[in-house]
Amino acid sequence: MIWESMIGQSVIGEIVIGQSVNELYAWAAIGVITLAATTGDVLLAHSMRRVGDVGELWRTSGLFSVVGRILTTPTFFLGVMAMGVAFYSLLFGLSWGNLSLVVPASASLTFVANALAARIFLHERVGRRRWLAALLVGAGVILMAL
Amino acid sequence: MTFKKYLVLAGVTVFSTLGDSLLARGMKEVGGVSLHNVSGLLFAILNPWVAIGILLLLAFFASYMSALSWADLTYVLPATSLSYVLVALIGRIGFHEEISPIRWLGIACIAAGVGIVAAGPSLTPARHHDRSEGLSQEAKS
Repeated sequence: MIWESMIGQSVIGEIVIGQSVNELYAWAAIGVITLAATTGDVLLAHSMRRVGDVGELWRTSGLFSVVGRILTTPTFFLGVMAMGVAFYSLLFGLSWGNLSLVVPASASLTFVANALAARIFLHERVGRRRWLAALLVGAGVILMAL
Repeated sequence: MTFKKYLVLAGVTVFSTLGDSLLARGMKEVGGVSLHNVSGLLFAILNPWVAIGILLLLAFFASYMSALSWADLTYVLPATSLSYVLVALIGRIGFHEEISPIRWLGIACIAAGVGIVAAGPSLTPARHHDRSEGLSQEAKS
């Protein structure tokens, strides 16, 4: 009886530990996703700012010049690499945690981090309207994860 | 903002939602990937759901790049965040997940955020200034 209950407890203990380790991995993945996605977004936005309005460019000088101009922008490749890191972290995260935890948690953190980063690195004017929108969306994404 | 530009923003929203959902479905079929078995990630691409998901995410990337070329990052991101609402609706319709009152509140928050940012300017004045500065610098060099 005593052995049985002890074995039972240790099995339950292992299951609980296994779950919390998986949760820890999932949150570590969320942290990496947020950092990489914010870095990638800022770098890509910066490169597209240098390229200029893609639609206008397409009309005036054709698709090839648009593609050429994007591919000769160094920050574009750095941004794509950062997005690649975020993408593979998402694949890992999805295998450890639920879609309903990993995607919303990393997304809401990314919204707030991006508003800060866009203000600091891209010098975008993040006024009251933009902050309110970023916070509302971030909060909404968290509420959806509950 | 022209109708075409709103269409690009809608493309960003829809492609990212469908891409993520198909990827999630594929990864559930592939099963857990551990740090000891990284090669499993390479084989994951052989799963058709994962492959179609990646194609859709490429379409998302193209429309996202286009949007970033004529709008601020802090405009594009909230404006396309309806994708999280779409994920929930796909979860409800495709996977029969329940949407609790709290989740509906979250959906309302996101919709409000999207409305607020979309009603404002897509490009802040500071950016025009930056761009003309960059161009004049390029002209000098």
